[in-house]
Amino acid sequence: MSLLRRIAPQLVALLILFALVSVVFPGFLSVSLNDGRLVGPVIDVLKRGAPVALLSIGMTLVIATRGIDLSVGTTMAICGAAAAAVIAAGWGLPAALAVALAAGAAAGLWNGVLVAIVGIQPFVATLILMTMGRGIAQLITEGCILTFSDAGLAFFGSGTLLGLPVPAWLWIVGGLGVAALMRRTALGLLIEAIGINRRASALAGVNATVLVIAVYVAAGLCAALAGIVVTADIRGADANNAGLWLELDAILAVVIGGNSLLGGRFSVIASILGAMIIQTIDTGVLLAGFPPEYNLVIKAVLVLMILVLQSPRIAAEWRLWRDSQRASRAAAERRQAS
Amino acid sequence: MTAKTLLTTVAALALTATAAMADGETIGFSQIGSESGWRAAETTLTRNQAEERGYQLQFSDAQQKQENQIAAIRSFIAQGVDAILLAPVVATGWDSVLAEAKEAEIPVVLLDRQVDSSDDMYLTAVGSNLVHEGEVAGQWLVDNVGDEECRIVELQGTTGSSPAIDRKTGFENAIKDHANLEIVRSQTGDFTRAQGKEVMESFLQAENGGQDICALYAHNDDMAVGAIQAIKEAGLKPGEDILIVSIDGVPDIFQAMAAGEANATVELTPNMAGPAFDALEAYWADGTEPEKFIQTESKLYTQADDPAGEYEARKGLGY
Repeated sequence: MSLLRRIAPQLVALLILFALVSVVFPGFLSVSLNDGRLVGPVIDVLKRGAPVALLSIGMTLVIATRGIDLSVGTTMAICGAAAAAVIAAGWGLPAALAVALAAGAAAGLWNGVLVAIVGIQPFVATLILMTMGRGIAQLITEGCILTFSDAGLAFFGSGTLLGLPVPAWLWIVGGLGVAALMRRTALGLLIEAIGINRRASALAGVNATVLVIAVYVAAGLCAALAGIVVTADIRGADANNAGLWLELDAILAVVIGGNSLLGGRFSVIASILGAMIIQTIDTGVLLAGFPPEYNLVIKAVLVLMILVLQSPRIAAEWRLWRDSQRASRAAAERRQAS
Repeated sequence: MTAKTLLTTVAALALTATAAMADGETIGFSQIGSESGWRAAETTLTRNQAEERGYQLQFSDAQQKQENQIAAIRSFIAQGVDAILLAPVVATGWDSVLAEAKEAEIPVVLLDRQVDSSDDMYLTAVGSNLVHEGEVAGQWLVDNVGDEECRIVELQGTTGSSPAIDRKTGFENAIKDHANLEIVRSQTGDFTRAQGKEVMESFLQAENGGQDICALYAHNDDMAVGAIQAIKEAGLKPGEDILIVSIDGVPDIFQAMAAGEANATVELTPNMAGPAFDALEAYWADGTEPEKFIQTESKLYTQADDPAGEYEARKGLGY
C-alpha cells in the first residue's frame, strides 16, 4: 500500500479536477458504449493523453538519473516521419513499426552516449537533437505532410481494442510493465542510486555508464511509440508540428507526479497520473467552451495550484499547524480534566 | 596555357551575358524559407512563371532570417538585376535596404506579406485579403444553408495571429445579418491537423455527439482535414451531416472534396508572382505605377469544381 500512499496527492488532484470539469461541463463523466467501443470525454482524456503519458514514462527514468531529455518531442517527429515514409514506400506495417522504434532507439543512444560517455550536461546534450532533429524529420517528409491510408498503422492512433482506444492501451501496458520491471527487480533501485550519487554508485559496483545510456534509449523508445500514435492519429507525418513542445509537457507530468528534478526516488505511475492531470485540464478547457485566449492562462493557474499544494514546504507547514492544533486541543482537554 | 584558359573563360562569360540578355530580364527573388507546403508551392510557381515569361530568376532562400534576406537583396543590387521580388519574413527593418534598391532604380515587389516602410520605397505589394477570404467562406455557407437553423463550430488559427483574427472577422461579417446562422463554439486548433482533430472531438462531445452541429468553419484546410477524421470516427458523415468549409486550397482538401467529405475551400493562391510580373511588365514598358496593393483573387472551390482534377494539378507543386 506504499504505492497508494505515494500516488495519493496525484489521485486527489485528478479527482478534484474531474469534479471541477464536471461543474463547467456536466456530461464529463458520462461514458456510453457505441458499437463495442467506449465513448465519452473521459475516454478522450485517456486517448489524447497517450503521447505525454508515454513520454513521461521514459522521462521519469531519465530524470531519476539526474538527467533530462529535451529531445523527445523532436524524436516523436522523426519516428512518425520514418513510420509514414516506410508505409508510403509500401514495405508494410511490421517494417514501419520496426524502423520507427529503431529510429527512437538510435536517438536515445545518441543522447545517452553524449551524456554518459562524452560527459556533456544532459540539458545541452539533448538540446542538440531537439533543435536539429526537426530538420531530420523534414528531410524524411521532404517538407510536406506525408499522408498514408494504411489501416494497420492508423489502428495505433484511432483503433479500438476491448472497448478502449489503442493509444490508451499502449501507455497503460507500457506504464505498468516499466513500473513492474523497476520495482520487481533491482533496476529501479540502481537507477535511483545513480541519480543520488553517480560516482558513489559506480564505486559500489553499479554499471552507471550502461544504465544511463539505457534510460535515454528507453526515453527514445517511448518517444517512438508516442510518435507512432500521433502520426497514426492524423494519418500523416507532420514534421513541423508533431510533438512540438511535448517534451515540456512530459517534464511537467514528471514534476506533477511528485518526482524531484534532482534525481533519485521516482514513481512511473505517479508521472503517468501527472500526464492524465495535464490532459484533463486540456480537455476540460476545450469542453468548457471558453474563448481560446484563456486556454493557457487556465492551464497555468491550475498547474500552479497543484504544484503549490504538493510542495514539501507547504506540507510541512500544514503538518506543523495540525500538530500544534492537536497539542493545544490536548492541553485544553487536560485542563478540563484536572 | 593560362592565357588560353583566360580567353576561353572570357568567351564563355561573354556568351552567358548575351544569352542572359536574349533571355530577357533578370529577377532576384528573396524567399523566406521553406516553412510550409504553401510556401514551397509559391516558390515552384514563381519559378514556373519566370520560365514561361523567359526571365532569369535568381533565387535565394533566407532560411527564416531577415539578415539573409537583406544580404540577398544587396547582392541582387550589386548584380544589377532588373527587379526584386521579396517575401519579407518580418515587417520591420527594411528601410535602409529598400532605399539602396530605390537608389539603384531597381523596382521591388513585395509578395504575400507586408512591410511597415513607407509605400514609396517599393513598387507594389501582391497579397491576399485575409478578411475577404473569411467573407467568401461565410458567404458560401449563407448561400447553401438558406433559412434553416445552422449551429456552426469554428476552428481558429493560432491565437493572436493575423490570419486567425482576420479570417474570423471576415466570416463573422458574412453571417452577421443572418440570424439563423450562429457560431456556437470556437476554439484554436493552431493551424495543425492534430489539434484540429483533437478540438473537433471535444466539439462533438460537447454538442450531443455532433448531432447539434450543422457546419464547421476551419481557418485552414489542415485543421479541416483533421476534423474530418474526427467526424468520421464519431460515426457521422463529414460533408453531409456536418458541412465543412475552410481556407487555403491545399491538395489534401481537394482530395477530401472529391470523396465528398468536404464542401468548399477558399484558395489562398500561391501564384503571387503572376500578378507581380504583370505589374513589372507594365512598369518596364511605359513606367506605369501600379496600385500599391494588388489583391489576389480569393477563389471559391466546391465539389462542383472538379476537385479530383484540382488535386492532380496541385500535388506536384511541393505543398
